[in-house]
Amino acid sequence: MTAVIDVQKLTRGFGELTAVDRVSFDVQAGEIFGFLGPNGAGKSTTLRMLTGIIEPTSGAATIRGHDIRTESLAAREHLGIVPEEANVYLDLSVWRNVMLMAELHDVPRRQRVENGRRLLDELGLYDRRKEKARSLSKGLRQRLMLCSALVSEPEILFLDEPTSGLDVHSARLMPTIVRQMNEQSLTVFLTTHNMAEAEEMCHRVGIINGGRIVAIDKPEELRQVMKSHHSVVLCFETEGVDPEQLRSLPGVTDAKSEDAGFLRLYTEAPGHTATQIVRLADTNGWNISEIATCKPNLEDVFLQLTGENDTAK
Amino acid sequence: MSTGTAINNWRRQARGTFVIAKKNAILYYLKPPVLIFGVVFPIFFFLSFKMGRPIPPEAIVPGMVAMALWFTASAVGPLVTPWERRARTYERLISSPLSLRAILAGDVVSGLVFGAGLSVIPVVLGLVLTDAKVVHLPLVVGGIVFGAMSFASLGVLLAAPPASSPSNIMLLSNLVRLPLLFVSGIFLPIAEMPGWARWISPISPLSYAGDLLRCGFGQQPYFPVWFSLLALIGFTGILFYGAQIFHRCWQAKGL
Ligand SMILES: Nc1ncnc2c1ncn2[C@@H]1O[C@H](COP(=O)(O)OP(=O)(O)OP(=O)(O)O)[C@@H](O)[C@H]1O
Ligand SMILES: [Mg+2]
Repeated sequence: MTAVIDVQKLTRGFGELTAVDRVSFDVQAGEIFGFLGPNGAGKSTTLRMLTGIIEPTSGAATIRGHDIRTESLAAREHLGIVPEEANVYLDLSVWRNVMLMAELHDVPRRQRVENGRRLLDELGLYDRRKEKARSLSKGLRQRLMLCSALVSEPEILFLDEPTSGLDVHSARLMPTIVRQMNEQSLTVFLTTHNMAEAEEMCHRVGIINGGRIVAIDKPEELRQVMKSHHSVVLCFETEGVDPEQLRSLPGVTDAKSEDAGFLRLYTEAPGHTATQIVRLADTNGWNISEIATCKPNLEDVFLQLTGENDTAK
Repeated sequence: MSTGTAINNWRRQARGTFVIAKKNAILYYLKPPVLIFGVVFPIFFFLSFKMGRPIPPEAIVPGMVAMALWFTASAVGPLVTPWERRARTYERLISSPLSLRAILAGDVVSGLVFGAGLSVIPVVLGLVLTDAKVVHLPLVVGGIVFGAMSFASLGVLLAAPPASSPSNIMLLSNLVRLPLLFVSGIFLPIAEMPGWARWISPISPLSYAGDLLRCGFGQQPYFPVWFSLLALIGFTGILFYGAQIFHRCWQAKGL
């Protein structure tokens, strides 16, 4: 595999603020790479630098071997972009919006008409192709952006929070189409603050916070990092349970009270801990109403790595 | 890079310029600000200028054509960029595989076509309603085309500063266009203007376009014809180059 996007110490400041701070990563051909981070982390800024909208303050990046500064046209030649805001041309018809993007990419007429029809059809917009884009809802505009991005048959697709603010149907359609395209060798770089989406869609995830990358790995590896974040969640029917006794069970590293009287015990061996909890409850005459073992999800990893968990513990 | 690739690239960018110009024509020619500053303004000036003057009407035809061209050709640029920046469609253009030069050239072409196209109206009105005659057609056409080219470039340059609303840019562009209108020999031949104004008039491209048109309509030019043509080409080059520098500069700042 070869890196189609290679980023080295990319940095961008806005006045005093360093929005993106020496970020380095690479995206392999055919990969779906997710950039996960909270609001203001620098996800969009990174994407905007890679797509030539703003210039980096320092650092370097190549796209298919083309330097984004010195060979910016060649670097942009094979990109499709769906920006954060669905900034379609409101006064152009749906069809003309798609055709404009194709023409900007110099797609020959027959091919752009064919691609445009197929994509609008797949995304359920073909019947509305003559309407002004102004008449489309936010979700439909987002779909139109996806059509416009894919009409030039890009090799790399950039998606900035593709599903934020969409209804369930649209939010499912986007990943489905993107994955389909990915199977036909499209490389995807997407940003999101939705862990489930990153976990579900991405082959690899980079976690960014405060402009810095804090981890890059496969979602399952990131979950492995969190071994100590396996947990047992339980709830008692009986009043007067002593949480200290539970906390001091062997193997339990931490305990946390959650909503509705639930207690979460962190442990590396959840099965073993559960057995011990049951034994302890039995001896003390406590009635357990619910008990379950949990694997950490990306959200836990994310919160841990971005340091926002500190207050919650 | 081999010459073949270079030529291909150039043609590719030229097609992009055409795509941008076409988009501008569809989207912006009929926007109210373009119509107000490009069409209503010159008519208003024409009427206020014409009222109660003892000069023969055919004498003012070339000046009116030049003035209409001045407003129309430079009206498109200051609308397109701020409008697209606000709608954030600008980002889509600069992230497409088109150079900034090709995009701005597209803006210039759309201003040029708008201005040159609409200038047919004052020309026809002048020929029909007054005794004005076209004596040197190439000079009339040349004055219109090269004039429109430099005015459109000026418009694109004026569109460079970032503004929260397109109307600020409109204001700025009028702050530049109106004063220049008065030193460019439109209302008074350059030769009859006061000394200080005669000194300023060479810095306005409108002076040269107006002069070419006057000559085309059989009047006495102030500058030599070849000099006016060269000046318009030079203005186009300098203004377009400046536009690229300023647009790039503001783009790098992340707007
Ligand atoms: N044009 C700009 N001028 C000044 N500051 C900016 C600009 N663009 C972004 N920033 C700042 O840079 C930081 C990173 O912004 P960015 O848009 O990259 O965040 P993000 O990770 O995309 O967040 P979100 O999830 O909200 O989209 C933020 O603090 C933001 O305020
Ligand atoms: Mg963002």
